[in-house]
Amino acid sequence: MNDRKKLNIDYTVYETFLTKKFVNRKMYAPADPKKITAFIPGSIREIYVRKGQKVKEGDPLFILEAMKMRNSVYSPLNGKIKEVHMVSEQKVAKNQLLIEFE
Amino acid sequence: MSLKQKILDFFTRKSTASTGGGEKAIQKQAQMGKLTARQRLEVLLDRNSFHEYDLFVQHKCKDFNMDTKTLHADGVVTGTGMIEDHPVCVFAQDFTVAGGSLGLMHARKITKLMDHAIKMGMPLIGINDSGGARIQEGVNSLAGYGEIFYRNTLASGVIPQISIVLGPCAGGAVYSPALTDFVFVVDKISKMFITGPEVIKTVLGEDISMEDLGGAKVQNEVSGNAHFYARTEMECFDQVKRLFTFIPWSNRKKPDPFPPKSPKAKFNINNIIPAEANKPYDIRDIIKALVDDSDFLEIQESWAANIVIGFARINGDTVGIIGNQPMVLAGVLDVDSSDKAARFIRFCDAFNIPLLTLVDIPGYLPGVDQEHAGVIRHGAKVLYAYSEASVTKITLILRKAYGGGYIAMCSRHLGADFVFAWPTAEIAVMGPEGAANIIFKSEIAEAPDPDEMRKLKVQEYTEKFANPYVAASNGHIDAVIDTEETREAIIHSLKVAAQKREPRPFKKHGVPPN
Repeated sequence: MNDRKKLNIDYTVYETFLTKKFVNRKMYAPADPKKITAFIPGSIREIYVRKGQKVKEGDPLFILEAMKMRNSVYSPLNGKIKEVHMVSEQKVAKNQLLIEFE
Repeated sequence: MSLKQKILDFFTRKSTASTGGGEKAIQKQAQMGKLTARQRLEVLLDRNSFHEYDLFVQHKCKDFNMDTKTLHADGVVTGTGMIEDHPVCVFAQDFTVAGGSLGLMHARKITKLMDHAIKMGMPLIGINDSGGARIQEGVNSLAGYGEIFYRNTLASGVIPQISIVLGPCAGGAVYSPALTDFVFVVDKISKMFITGPEVIKTVLGEDISMEDLGGAKVQNEVSGNAHFYARTEMECFDQVKRLFTFIPWSNRKKPDPFPPKSPKAKFNINNIIPAEANKPYDIRDIIKALVDDSDFLEIQESWAANIVIGFARINGDTVGIIGNQPMVLAGVLDVDSSDKAARFIRFCDAFNIPLLTLVDIPGYLPGVDQEHAGVIRHGAKVLYAYSEASVTKITLILRKAYGGGYIAMCSRHLGADFVFAWPTAEIAVMGPEGAANIIFKSEIAEAPDPDEMRKLKVQEYTEKFANPYVAASNGHIDAVIDTEETREAIIHSLKVAAQKREPRPFKKHGVPPN
């Protein structure tokens, strides 16, 4: 909280202080089906694909190990891999970008 | 052994057992800036009032050479004592004894005391300072935790339960404070988390200090797990004692009355509220203008500050106050503020404390993050808690009471016993700008000068509906009152409701949203 700000609630503009949590809230962005991100923080164990490779929906992409579970991640679509943003044994954070499709 | 020898033997045993983990461990405790378990009880309780139970209890563990180890009092000091001449049950984990680790007998000492507190109808105070489960005792240690949680739950709403976290309180252990009514933390001393920094780092690669993960500040400002924050242990114990002046000893009692006092003169309501309805002010100044001696004990001051909760007295009697805070996020309800208010309302209802609700609410906080965080089910908690509460419910509408926020803030429709509004109140389905935009949409769009027309229509709506009189004409509020007569009206309402009885349909228990 620092200075008074304007806050619009149902078309009425109020002068008020904002909370840290409100100021730092994540703005919503729709999910991009062409980007595969880590759904849980963990470690990359196997990578089955490389840049430029064509994959079909359901093909295994990589294994993300978290909480002692090896999670296989499969391709959600038919397409070509534009970029692989991880290496084997890398620790990744939640929502970190791992694979991009063209 | 002669009688004299027996007595001498007793004193030797007693003093040995009372040394806890010994000189070295006690020094280490002091170096961490912490008092020992016994010192803490001395400070918290009335002078010389502590009566210890189970000093000679020993653990039964045989594995890992544990049978050769003596753990004095099994790492926890338990007993009864007095606070301001009222009896309380209290336990303090002794970090100097095996890191205050919890084994089965340690837990059984605590559960014995909890059973006692429930039976005798008196508060339970726990001082948590423990490294966690005593790993050598294996599943027996887990059994101990479970038996404590079970009793925390049985005691909930029967006796006040206070947790003072003065050291680490991690893993399963931290669920006990979470099940109690009020959690006190102290800067740099309290550490609460389910999974510690080491595990988080090895498993997930996230690097964070213990303080940033679950220190006192974090629990007080970010997570909402703590209710009171102090800079020192001494300040913390003062806060605990102050809280006890406002709450009853059990659900069979009412809080002790105090001699009535007038609010301090410097809080003049008419100087606090700004003329423009969209300008902020500090709702706590209004509270101080209404309550005895302007004395307000705020709870969870630094978390979800868009709603203010706490205890005060009016004409000598404790009331629980819930007020929208226009100074923060315009006083909206959101996920956190709903949780904060709902739990407080349920505490007050369980312990016979009348509710005074001060309304100045523009509505709910809009946003994807709020919707995805479940503002529906969180917001519903407020409706549930107010509707469920059968204590005296007094509502005062200061300025805005719009839409769902109006209903939620203890409206007549949720069973308020007394609803007052100031002449400045605006009780409406939404703010004039929003309402005019919807109702006169086509008129505004079709006008030669839409902006001018919008202004006109907003003004028209404001004059007609932005007041307390539409609600008053429907009987949704009982009286429009002047700011100056407010305190007297509240005092009178409390007198009228002194014998309130409100039977409810039989049920085992409700299923509140969470």
